[in-house]
Amino acid sequence: MATHLILQKIFKTGIVSEPAPAADTSLRTREQELHAEILKVFGQAITIRHVDAGSCNGCELEIHALGGPHFNIEGIGVKFAASPRHVDLLLVTGPVSRNLETALKRTYDATPEPKWVVAMGDCGCGCGTVGGMFGENYASCGKVANVIPVDVEVPGCPPDPVTLLSGILAAVSGRTA
Amino acid sequence: MRIGEQDWDFTPQAGSNAIWRGTLPAARLPALAQAVKAEGGQLVALWGSDDRKLDAGFALHCAFMTGAGLVWVSGTLPAEAPAYPDLAHVFPQADRMQRATFDLLGIRAEGATDTRKWLRHGAWPEGTYPLRKDFAASPTRELDAYPFIRVEGEGVHEIPVGPIHAGTIEPGHFRFSIIGDRVLRLGERLGYTHQGVEKRFEGMDLATGARLAGRVSGDSHVAFAWAYCMAVEAATGCMVPERALWLRGLFLEIERIANHLGDLGYLGNDVALSFGFMHFWRLKEDWLRLTARLFGHRYLFDRIVPGGVAVDLADGSELLATADRLEQEVRDLKAIYDEHAGVQDRFANTGIVKPAMAARLGLTGLAGRASAQAWDARAQFPQPPYDQLDVNMATHSRGDVLARAEVRFVEVFESMRLIRAMLELMPAGPLQVAVAPTGSVAEGMGWVEGWRGEIVVAVRIGADGRLDRVHPHDPSWQNWPLLEVGVLGNIVPDFPLINKSFNLSYSGQDL
Repeated sequence: MATHLILQKIFKTGIVSEPAPAADTSLRTREQELHAEILKVFGQAITIRHVDAGSCNGCELEIHALGGPHFNIEGIGVKFAASPRHVDLLLVTGPVSRNLETALKRTYDATPEPKWVVAMGDCGCGCGTVGGMFGENYASCGKVANVIPVDVEVPGCPPDPVTLLSGILAAVSGRTA
Repeated sequence: MRIGEQDWDFTPQAGSNAIWRGTLPAARLPALAQAVKAEGGQLVALWGSDDRKLDAGFALHCAFMTGAGLVWVSGTLPAEAPAYPDLAHVFPQADRMQRATFDLLGIRAEGATDTRKWLRHGAWPEGTYPLRKDFAASPTRELDAYPFIRVEGEGVHEIPVGPIHAGTIEPGHFRFSIIGDRVLRLGERLGYTHQGVEKRFEGMDLATGARLAGRVSGDSHVAFAWAYCMAVEAATGCMVPERALWLRGLFLEIERIANHLGDLGYLGNDVALSFGFMHFWRLKEDWLRLTARLFGHRYLFDRIVPGGVAVDLADGSELLATADRLEQEVRDLKAIYDEHAGVQDRFANTGIVKPAMAARLGLTGLAGRASAQAWDARAQFPQPPYDQLDVNMATHSRGDVLARAEVRFVEVFESMRLIRAMLELMPAGPLQVAVAPTGSVAEGMGWVEGWRGEIVVAVRIGADGRLDRVHPHDPSWQNWPLLEVGVLGNIVPDFPLINKSFNLSYSGQDL
C-alpha cells in the first residue's frame, strides 16, 4: 500500500529542483593560495564538513534546507560528509565558543590540504549588529577568522540557502574576482 | 495563593492571570518545592543572580509550574558564601541547572549529590564566576577532564561521540557504554556552544535585548523573542496593542509548523525513507518562502519587538491557500508513514520514556506530551490571543518515537486550524507602542509555549532603563536528561532516530 502511495506522490509532485545560483566571488576575503591545476582536478565537485562552532542553530536551519529538493546540491557536485578527513571545505558557523575552540582547530588540522574554509552567518563573519552582539567575551572567541584561516565569508542572519550556495561555489569555482 | 496545604504570599504579575511572583528565605525553597510536587507540579527553571549592587546579596530563582500557573520565586542569599538547600532531591531536573548556576555565579546547592561542573569546561578559571558583576578574569585554557560515570563488567565498552558530530547538528559529547549493540548507559556532556549569552544581556538596551533573546536558540526565535518582550512589557507596564498580540500568535504557529515539518522529514530520513525527508523539506521550503514573502524573513527574525511587532499582514489569502495545500499534503504523507512497514517498525517501541518516568524527571513540552505529561500553556493558561482560540492539546501515552512523531502531526493540523481562526478573528489596529522604562528597578517574566515546549524569560531592568539580568530558559534543560533514559536498552544505530525525535536545543541550554 505504502509503495503505491509513494509512487503516486512522486509522480504528482514532479521535479521541484531549481537551477544553481552563480558563484558570488565578491564574498571572497583573501587571495586563494591555490594552484590552477588543483582547481582543474576538483572542478566544481566539492565535499563539505559542517562545524557548528557555537551558533544559535539558525544557520544550521538553512544548511538543512540546502539538503532539500529545491536545491539539488548533489546534482551540482556538492556533498556533505561525516569526517573532516574526507572533505575539501569546512563550513563553519559561529561565533566560536571557547569551549569548542580546541575541537575546531583539531578539525581544521584533520582536513587534508588543499582546503577551503567558509564562515557562515553574521556571527561567524563578525559583521552587522548581530555579529557585534556576539563578539569576543569570556566565553567566545568571536568570528571564525579569529581561530582558523577563512577563505570566504557569507554574511546574513541566517544567510538563505541560495546565498550560502553562492558562497560555497565562490570558494571553489576558481574564477578570479 | 494556595499550593499544597499552605498559603503562600505570592502575587500575580501585572496584566497576567497565569504568572505569579514571590520571595522567600532560601531555606524555605525545599518546602515549596515539595508542595508543588505534591499537587502534581514541576520545576521549570532554576537560575541565580548577583544582587549585591541592589543592597542585597545573591538570589536563587525558581520557576514552578503549578495548577494556578507559573510561579517565579526568589530565595534571598547572603553576599558571603551564598548557598541554598539542594532541590534536585525533590525535582531531579534541578541537577544540571544547579551545577550551571554554581559555574556562573558561585552559588552552591548544599547537600547536592552531583557537584560536577557543567558549563565551565576550562575556559575561565576555577573560583571565578562570569555572572558576578565584578567578574574580571581573563580566558584560560585548562584541561577539561569531565568525570563520566563508568559502567564496569565483562564485555562493556565505551563509544565516545562528539563534540563535533557526523551530521549537520550542534556540538555536544555523548559517551555510550554498550554491551554488544545495546546501550547500557548514555552520559551527556553539553556546554560546547556556551556563548556567555546571559552576560551579553547585561547593560544592553531593551530593543537590542529582543534581538539577542531571539538568538538563544534560533529554531525557537519567535518563542524566545515573544517571551522576552512579554517580560519587558510586564516590567514597564506597557500595554501591547491587540493586533500585535494576534500577529505574535500567528508567528508562533508559523514557527511551530516549520519546525515540525523539518523534524517529520528527518524522522523519515533516519529510518532510511529519504522520500519522507525530500517531501517534508519541500513543504517546509514552500512554507519558509511564503513566510519571507509575507513578513520579510524566512524565520521571522526580529519581527517581534518590545511593545508590539515590526511587520503587519496586509493580505492573508496566500497564507490561507498555502495552509490548505500543505495540510492536504501532510495528510498524504501521514498516510504513507502510517502504512509504511519499515517506518512503523523503527518508530514503534523505540526510545520509550514511560509516563511515570516522564513525570518523575520532569519531561516537558512536545516530548512530555508524547509521554502523557499534559501541559500546554496555550491550552491551560491561555494568554491573548490564545484565550479566544480554544487550543486542543495533543497528547499520547506510548512515549516512543512513534508517539513523538504523532504529536507533531496532530500539532501541525491544530496549528493550521489556529492560523485560519487567527486570520478570521484578528482585529485591526496599531502594531506597536513605545516602551518606557520606569526609572526604577523593575522585573517581569514571559512565558510562551514554543514548538519544543515552554519558553520562559525572566528580566530585570535597572534604574538606568537598561537590562540588568536576563535569564532565558529552554525546555531542553529538562529534556536532555530524559534522552539518556529513553535510549537505554536500545541499539546504538537507533540513537540518531531517538535523538531526532526529541530534537533538543544545544545552544538553548548551553547559553
